[in-house]
Order: sequence, then structure tokens, then C-alpha cells
Amino acid sequence: MSCCAAGTESAAELEALKTDGPSAEEMWLSSRALGDGLRQVDLIVPGVHCGACIALLEKELPKTKGVDHARVNLSTRRVSVVFDGKDAGGAGAGHPEAVLTALGEKFKSLGYPAHLPGGADEAADPAMRELLKALAVAGFASMNVMLLSVSVWSGAEAATRDLFHWVSALIAAPALIYSGRVFFVSAWGALRHGRANMDVPISLGVILAYGISLYETITHGEHAYFDASVTLLFFLLAGRVLDHMMREKARSAVRNLVRLSPRGAMVIRDDGSREYLALDEIEPGMRLAISAGDRIPVDGRIVSGRSDMDFAVVNGESAPQLVEAGSLTPAGTLNLTGPLVLEATRSARNSFLAEMVSMMEAAESGRAGYRRIADRASAIYAPVVHLLAIGTFIGWMVVSGDWRMAMLTAVSVLIITCPCALGLAVPVVQVIAAGRLFENGIMVKDGSAMERMAQTDHVVFDKTGTLTQGKPQLINAAAVAADHLAIAARIARASRHPLSRALALLDQTGKDLPEFEIVEIPGDGVEAKSLDGAVYRLGRSTFALDGHTDGPERAADASQVILSRNGQFLDVFLFSDQLRRGAQQAVARLASLGVDAEILSGDREAPVKALASELGMTDYVAGVRPRGKVDRVQALAAAGGRPLMVGDGLNDAPALSAAYVSMAPASAADVGRMAADFVFLHDSLEAVPLAIAVSRKAGSLIRQNFALAVIYNCVAVPAAVLGHATPLIAALAMSSSSVLVVLNSLRLRRKTKVENFARSAPDQVSTATVASAGLQASA
Amino acid sequence: MNNLIFLIPIALFLGALGLGAFLWSMKSGQYDDLEGAAWRVLDDDDDKPKPD
Repeated sequence: MSCCAAGTESAAELEALKTDGPSAEEMWLSSRALGDGLRQVDLIVPGVHCGACIALLEKELPKTKGVDHARVNLSTRRVSVVFDGKDAGGAGAGHPEAVLTALGEKFKSLGYPAHLPGGADEAADPAMRELLKALAVAGFASMNVMLLSVSVWSGAEAATRDLFHWVSALIAAPALIYSGRVFFVSAWGALRHGRANMDVPISLGVILAYGISLYETITHGEHAYFDASVTLLFFLLAGRVLDHMMREKARSAVRNLVRLSPRGAMVIRDDGSREYLALDEIEPGMRLAISAGDRIPVDGRIVSGRSDMDFAVVNGESAPQLVEAGSLTPAGTLNLTGPLVLEATRSARNSFLAEMVSMMEAAESGRAGYRRIADRASAIYAPVVHLLAIGTFIGWMVVSGDWRMAMLTAVSVLIITCPCALGLAVPVVQVIAAGRLFENGIMVKDGSAMERMAQTDHVVFDKTGTLTQGKPQLINAAAVAADHLAIAARIARASRHPLSRALALLDQTGKDLPEFEIVEIPGDGVEAKSLDGAVYRLGRSTFALDGHTDGPERAADASQVILSRNGQFLDVFLFSDQLRRGAQQAVARLASLGVDAEILSGDREAPVKALASELGMTDYVAGVRPRGKVDRVQALAAAGGRPLMVGDGLNDAPALSAAYVSMAPASAADVGRMAADFVFLHDSLEAVPLAIAVSRKAGSLIRQNFALAVIYNCVAVPAAVLGHATPLIAALAMSSSSVLVVLNSLRLRRKTKVENFARSAPDQVSTATVASAGLQASA
Repeated sequence: MNNLIFLIPIALFLGALGLGAFLWSMKSGQYDDLEGAAWRVLDDDDDKPKPD
């Protein structure tokens, strides 16, 4: 465990601590060359919390032979390790591989388990840097131009005024071109497709304001709007930057979750040699070695070996299944107990995983038609503003006949009405709301997700791993003899099988039990010989009872494990999947929010029905294929609903992207996490109603801000139309309206609090430590 | 009027200096890890005075 801050880890991070580190081959595949034979690998280390951790890692890691240096980034919890990637040319194992293996060991021995970034790994978003630079330039220009404008407003004499206008023009021109690009490009794109987005009135206002001011300057006019045009850009860019920052934060948090799908596989050549190949290089017909605990990289058929496999990502069924030679294994499933050799039947491009991805792409229409609230508002707003400006121009032409005067007034109308409330207020509200969700362990991918979440009226839950924990728990602990339980728990520590893990949790380390010699028989169970010659078996009834039939009847809706001594029945342990924490409260809160809920599961009818009645839900569908989930979600949408899909499996991924808005737990399959709009890190399902409630609150604040903007325009626009908006008044009005909407948005911040479920409850932490202690003991 | 000839360029130069400093600090990755930097300042491992 790391040095400090115990208990600050979220459930997902604790989960990450339990997994094995990446293999040297995987680290090699994800590393990149730096030149000079050096290579860099980025690892995620969730255990880094403070300066002591940084100092320790940066000092200790380079002591590994071949490691050049290491640099910790505390904000992203990543460590970049630069190592010598040159092959030393020695016989057998390559040099870099040994370095990486040693590195993995070093991380483990220091107590900082590391893993590789999940999902597609890209460098820092260049768009964010561009936006920041644009904001800096706009900030510089607006400050300086404003400085000059203030002296003009204070009554500079004509010659000085002209000079200041010229200087302002010179500062503003490059700033507008550089910082305004973002808006101009987007506005041009929209216009070319015959649409109007928010950037059209912005671009038009800014360019016209600059143009007329330049004309005024040349003709020694009195009024120039240089300050207005650059300040406007500055405010709007600030909004853009906020919007982007929120997205960046959520994305990097999602990328930091443990990657579940393998990057490659160990290929067995015809001559018996083994080689680790990247996923893309695996061809059908190749033989792959899969050890216990690995995920299947590509679809395959088992050639030899026997094991239990977890198919939950494929069919949502929680109970592991026995696989033997000839069984088919879809990509993404988890091998639990025994080593397997399988023959790849399809390449990664055509595997089950890829099939899901292509189904997701086909189903993307769920949100493609969605237009951001600001864009929808500006579709009404922009024409009104433009008509108003043109009307002002024509009106003044008719009244005074002075085109210069008319143009100046029209531009001041454009500036006054420029949609600051839309450009700044929406992102501010959303960033604050996202921050509030973030504190409760919920990550929002972008602002549009929050807008869609606020509108949802129907929640579709997956069962295994979403409503339930996806992990079995002993349900008849009271019915079994205490000493039988103690023996079974001790034996179970040696196995990776989920039922054994559930039993092993009940092991009392201090308890005095005979020494066992334990062998795991994949697919059957665990056999333990004690020193006095007694043979205990824990597993399937046929295995444990050795063909005797005096075992109990098989339970209908629970998995069972039998403990026997020398072939004689001792006890039976029953397991079933337990509800996820907060599931009941979540369903109740959803009802009070006026949102319907239903279950859509790939599991069998009986467990789904039992779960539905336990939660008091009436709508459920069992035995649904991935395609069926997509169809159901699309049917809901076609009926005018706005379905929210909550799911974790690979089989839910297409439905996640088909839904109007989607949410996934951090334990979800990689693809699902990437597809989901919201990802919640904590165990509790209460995150779902909280996300809806906060999104709705944010939605109502945004509408309030729009109302404020309209009221403000009702006062300011008549003044502008009548020609009273001098540059000074325009600047004051513009800034004050921006400040007003920001202040209103900040009201959401005041209510910031960490909900009960997101606090690390003492019992939750202790079970987690027990689990990891048990694992270490068994490893 | 005359002093403006000096003062405006000086003001602009100072402003540009600030802008340049910001762009440079961003380019050299100083905003990549704000939390880490706050801790590193407390770490005095490397800058011990040299033993005489």
C-alpha cells in the first residue's frame, strides 16, 4: 500500500490495485521510441498521492538496471519511465524485456501497483493548447486596447484620440485573426451547410465592429469599437476553454482506468517457440497460450486445456462456465482457473469485440441528431438579432440619410446583443455541475451529455455488473457448520475462481487449521491434502463426491460448491450475485424524479425476475442479445422517449451508444467506458439519480441565464437602436451581463457537497483490504 | 504627446513580455502537472549544500 492518505482511493482505484501489473511484453508494445535507443513507457499509478510518493518513485525507479529516469505526474497519476530500448544482442531473452520485467517487479515491491492506460492512447489534446494560446492572445489584446479606450473615454483631445485608435487597430487586427479563427472557421462551416450556429452572430459582430471602427479611425471619427470586439472574443474564448477543460478532465480520468482488453497474445509457433505479438498481427489459425487470469484476445476455439471462464461481458450471465477442448471463446472473455491453448478462428479486426464496435458505430444515431442547447437557442436568436441590426440600419437611413451614422448604430446593436450569455454562461454552469459530479465520483464526457441527461425520462438497466455486483456472495453462511466453512475458506484461497474468492473472503487468518497441500484442478475445483492423509475437495458435486450420489439436489437459482472429505459429503455452499450497493435507493429515487426504470439482461429469466421483484421493478426483459438491446433502446427512442442506458458489459456497448444518453460503472468493459457519456467510479448505483438530478439543476440554471440575457437585452437593445450606445456604454453593458450570468451560475457551486454514498465508508475500505490481503496470501 | 511616443511602446512591450512568458511556460510543459509541482517545492532532496 502507498505511503499516505489511506482511504482516499475510490472503489475503482482499489480494484486497480488488485489486478496484476502489465507484462513486460505489453509495456514494450505501448512504449514509444525517443531516439538514441531510449524508449518511454507511460504507466498509471493510482497509489501516488503526495510529495513523498513522487520522491520515492523518482529516486527508486532509476535504480533498476536499464532505466534512465522516471518522472511522476501527480495530476494525472502517471509515471513516465524512460529506459534503454537497445537490444543488447545477448542470446535468448532480449535486454529491454528484462529491464521491463525488473521495472514491473520494482513497482510491486515499492507498493505502487502500476497499469497501462486504458483505451486508445493519444497525446495531450492539441485543440486545448490552441484554445489556451488564443485566449492568452485575446487577453493581452483586450487589456491593452481597453487601456487605450479608457483614456479616449476620459476625454482625450482629437490628435491623441486618433493616435490611440490607430494603436488599438494595430493591436486588435492580429489578435482578431489569431484568436477569432476558432469562431470564423466554425461559422463558415455552418453557413456553408446552410445552418446558423452560435458562431455566426459572433463572427459577424466582431468583424463588422472592427471594419466600421477602422473606417471611423481613417476618417478621424469619434467612436471606435476595437475594445468591444476583442473583449467579446476574450469572454467567449474563456467559455470555450472551460468547456474543453471539462472534457479533458473526464477523458483523462477515463483513460486512467485499468485497461481490460489485452494488447497482444503469446503465440506458439509450429516449432514450439513462443512469441508475444500485438493484437493486429494475430492471424486465424495461430495457436495462442492463455494463462489463468488473462482475457481472450481474439475469437478462438480451445485446442487443449480445461478451465472455467467468465462470459459476463458477452452474455451478462454471472456464473462462470466450464470450457474444454472444442469450446468456442469470444474475444474479451476472462479465463479464470486453468491455462489454455487456443486456435484463433478470426483476426482481431473480425472478432466479437470488433463486431460490437461496428454495431456501436451503426447505432450512433442515438445522439447524432442532438444539437447543443446554445446552438438551438442561437438558431432563434441569430436571425432576430440580424433582422434587428438590419432594421436599425434601414431605419436610421430613412430618418437621417447618413449611412455612416446608420452603420455605426447597427454595429452597436450587434455588439450589445452578442450572445455572451450563450457562449459563457452555458459552459460555466456545466463546468460547475461537472465539478460537483466529479466530487461524487461521476465523470461527464462533455456538456452535451449533461444537457441530454437532464431530459431523460426512462432508464434501462443492465443486470449483471450494473444492478448487481457481478460477484457471487455466500448466501447460506448461517446454514453451514462453522468449522466446515473455515476449512473451505482456507482451501479456497488458492483459487482464482469467483466462487472460491467469495469463500476466501471469509477466511480467518489467525485461525489454527492443519497445513494443506493444495492443487487446483481447472474446471472441477480444488483438492487439498492435509498432513494426516485426509483429502478435502471443494468444487463441483461430481468432482467432490467422486461419483457418489449422496449430495443435495442442485439449487435452482444459485451456484453451489460442495466440500467433501475423502469423498464423503460435508457441506454445500450456495452463492448468488448480490445487489450493487444503493440499487434499491437508486430505483426509489428514480421513481421520485419521475423516471421509469426497466431491466434488460442477457441472463436467464429466473434470476432477472427475482432481481426485478426484489427491486420492485415491473418491467424486465431477459435473455436479450446485444442486437436486441439496441433494438429495445431504439424502439424507446422512436416512441418519443429519451432512454438512458446504464450498463457495463461488452454486450451493452452497442446499446450504450444507441441510447440518448448513457452511463457505465468504472468496472465496465473498455469499449463500454469509451462509449458511455457518464462513468461512475464509486460502487453505489445512487450515482445514477444524482447525475440526473444535478444535470436537471444545471439545465434550469442555464434557462435562468437565458432569461437574464433576454431581460438585459430588453433594456439595452432599445437604447442601442435609438443610437445611445456609445462604445463606453457597450463595453459596460457587455461586461456587466457576463459577470451577472457567471455569478448566477456560481449559485450551483454553493450547494457542493459529497453525497453519503461517495464517501469511503469504513466498512467498505476494510472489506477491500481484506480482499487484497487474501489475494496476496494466495499469490 | 511626446512622452506617449515612449510610453505606449513600453506598455506594449511589457504586455507582450507577459504574453510571451505565458506562451513559453505553456510550451515547456509547466502546466502539465500543477498538483505535483506544489509537492515538489517541499522536496529538498536534490539541493543540499555541497559538503566542504
